[in-house]
Amino acid sequence: MNLTTPPTLWSLSRLTASILIGGAVLGATLGVSSQAQAQTERVELLNVSYDPTREFYRAYNQLFAEHWREGHDQEVTVRQSHGGSGSQGRSVIDGIDADVVTLALAYDIDALHDRADLLPEDWQTRLPHNSAPYTSTIVLLVREGNPKNIQGWEDLVREDVEVITPNPKTSGGARWNFLALWGYGLEQFDGDEEQTFDFVRRVFENVPVLDSGARGATNTFVQRRLGDVLLAWENEAILSVEELGRGDFEIVVPAQSILAEPPVAVVDANVERKGTREVAEGYLEYLYSSEAQALAAQHYYRPVDEAVLAEYIDEFPSLDLFTIDEVFGGWREAQTRFFNDGGVFDEILEAINTP
Amino acid sequence: MNTFNQATRDGRDAGAPAVVDDGDLARRWQRATDEPAWLKAVLITTALIFVGLFLVLPLSVVLYGAFERGLAAWFEAVRDPDALSAIRLTLLIVAIVVPLNTVFGVAAAWAIAKFEFPGKPVLISLIDMPFAISPVVVGLIFVILFGSQGWLGPWLAAHDLRIIFAAPGIVIVIAFGTLPFIARELIPLMQQQGKEEEEASLTLGAGGLKTFWYVTLPNIKWGLIYGVILCNARAMGEFGAVAVVSGRIRGETNTVPLHIEVLYNEYMFTAAFAVSSLLTGLALVTIAIKSIIEWQDERQKRRAAA
Repeated sequence: MNLTTPPTLWSLSRLTASILIGGAVLGATLGVSSQAQAQTERVELLNVSYDPTREFYRAYNQLFAEHWREGHDQEVTVRQSHGGSGSQGRSVIDGIDADVVTLALAYDIDALHDRADLLPEDWQTRLPHNSAPYTSTIVLLVREGNPKNIQGWEDLVREDVEVITPNPKTSGGARWNFLALWGYGLEQFDGDEEQTFDFVRRVFENVPVLDSGARGATNTFVQRRLGDVLLAWENEAILSVEELGRGDFEIVVPAQSILAEPPVAVVDANVERKGTREVAEGYLEYLYSSEAQALAAQHYYRPVDEAVLAEYIDEFPSLDLFTIDEVFGGWREAQTRFFNDGGVFDEILEAINTP
Repeated sequence: MNTFNQATRDGRDAGAPAVVDDGDLARRWQRATDEPAWLKAVLITTALIFVGLFLVLPLSVVLYGAFERGLAAWFEAVRDPDALSAIRLTLLIVAIVVPLNTVFGVAAAWAIAKFEFPGKPVLISLIDMPFAISPVVVGLIFVILFGSQGWLGPWLAAHDLRIIFAAPGIVIVIAFGTLPFIARELIPLMQQQGKEEEEASLTLGAGGLKTFWYVTLPNIKWGLIYGVILCNARAMGEFGAVAVVSGRIRGETNTVPLHIEVLYNEYMFTAAFAVSSLLTGLALVTIAIKSIIEWQDERQKRRAAA
């Protein structure tokens, strides 16, 4: 080895250096451009939400930023994180810095109290309507012309029907789906639990894949074209029809379904530490304003404000809605009985997997 | 050739006259060196079909999807603040992880190739571990360590340090996942080269640093560059482990791959493909850089030889 290699090495390191410097300059310009507009006081909120609220909160965050700017001389930026409701709740317990949670069902927020004491036990009484500023229900989405002629829950057990629904272990929407089915079964079989269990088991025998979140299931049905019927949030179903389907899908509204109340809450432990309580509470309270209620209706959520609901009543077909409190005695009980380890859902999976 | 030898030897051994047909021999001679035309055609077509189906087709789909609605839509998707923030985060991660793993890789390969010490096989196996563990498990390991319910969680919270659901956590899982790339490239190379050249350099009076710079580094240059490129590509593209620790906060802890998934889930397919094409482009740029370095090196060697 002689020592004439340095030139190679030098040019090599020059090239490396220029790449590094180039990268640094690029990084710096990107960094500077984002800091350029720092003038009025800036506040940041983190809203940890579930899957199908993406479009609604994108619009609402803008509406709220404008509303808050007027009264408070603060520029609010709301960051969003979306995923299956159960796993999103898990992230908050594991330490994600959420100021507010807007999840699919009350139990996932109860867990924030039970497992990590991030908010008080009575969080659900702090805002009107059980802290649910909008509601929804579970409907059936079928392909154009309804080729399998699906009219209601009873058709889901037919052998020629493939059903798409996400996994109740991780998805809030899937738990509502499950309870809607169970509630229908109870009604149908006059409260006979055994027959209801059998009915729900037969539906899940027709499920080829359990996605982890509602949006994943919608994509499976809409994009990958799997299955004959999707059990979906009403808002998700209408969105699929309006924005994606272009006439490829139809909504079948069953005669009876569950009233789904996706609740919202301030995460006390986090807003105390970050000093964002006022704006976080303002963010949730403004959800009940008529402007926000109209926005929710435009994103196919049923507004709780009667006047706004009346205005958009054509969007939302009327059906017989039962609540979780009436039929199942609230979320804590439903969760323990159906979805915790060893619960009814596990029994159903076991019954399916052991022929 | 072999057949010929075999034939004569067999013939002699059997004591029978060795009759060798010259024409037959020529044919066999040709067969031994040239593959028949049909085999060549089959091999080349197979390779081309594979490359076409699994490389060119998906790449074209990405590019088609990205530019389907024109350049303006592409720019809009890439200049979106959330996309910019994802790009920035990904570049930051690469800028931290790649140098870190380069230093580690060279040090580990050096230690393994040039020294004898107890526990060496264990170290070699440990370096391979990130390849063997599923990325999701890697993510969960760090959630259990740093999550607020985890072992170090309370201490971190008390000192207001954020690791999980913030950039440090993402850097850690990616550094963990890409740890073997450079070391794995260098270990066999350095083991094969042995330590004679370094010993010669040292006995001729060069210091340790000088020996490393002028003797070791030029020897391992290609392995190192290749390792850096692999490490870089993986660091930019890592998904599984990052998905667990990132919290998917838009504009904050979304890396480019996570941002692509978010866009796809929000039915913004053009934007998803646009950002995908950008990530693909970054990968192509690293390959281009490697080729440029190779080419420059060739040219210099030729000039030195002339």
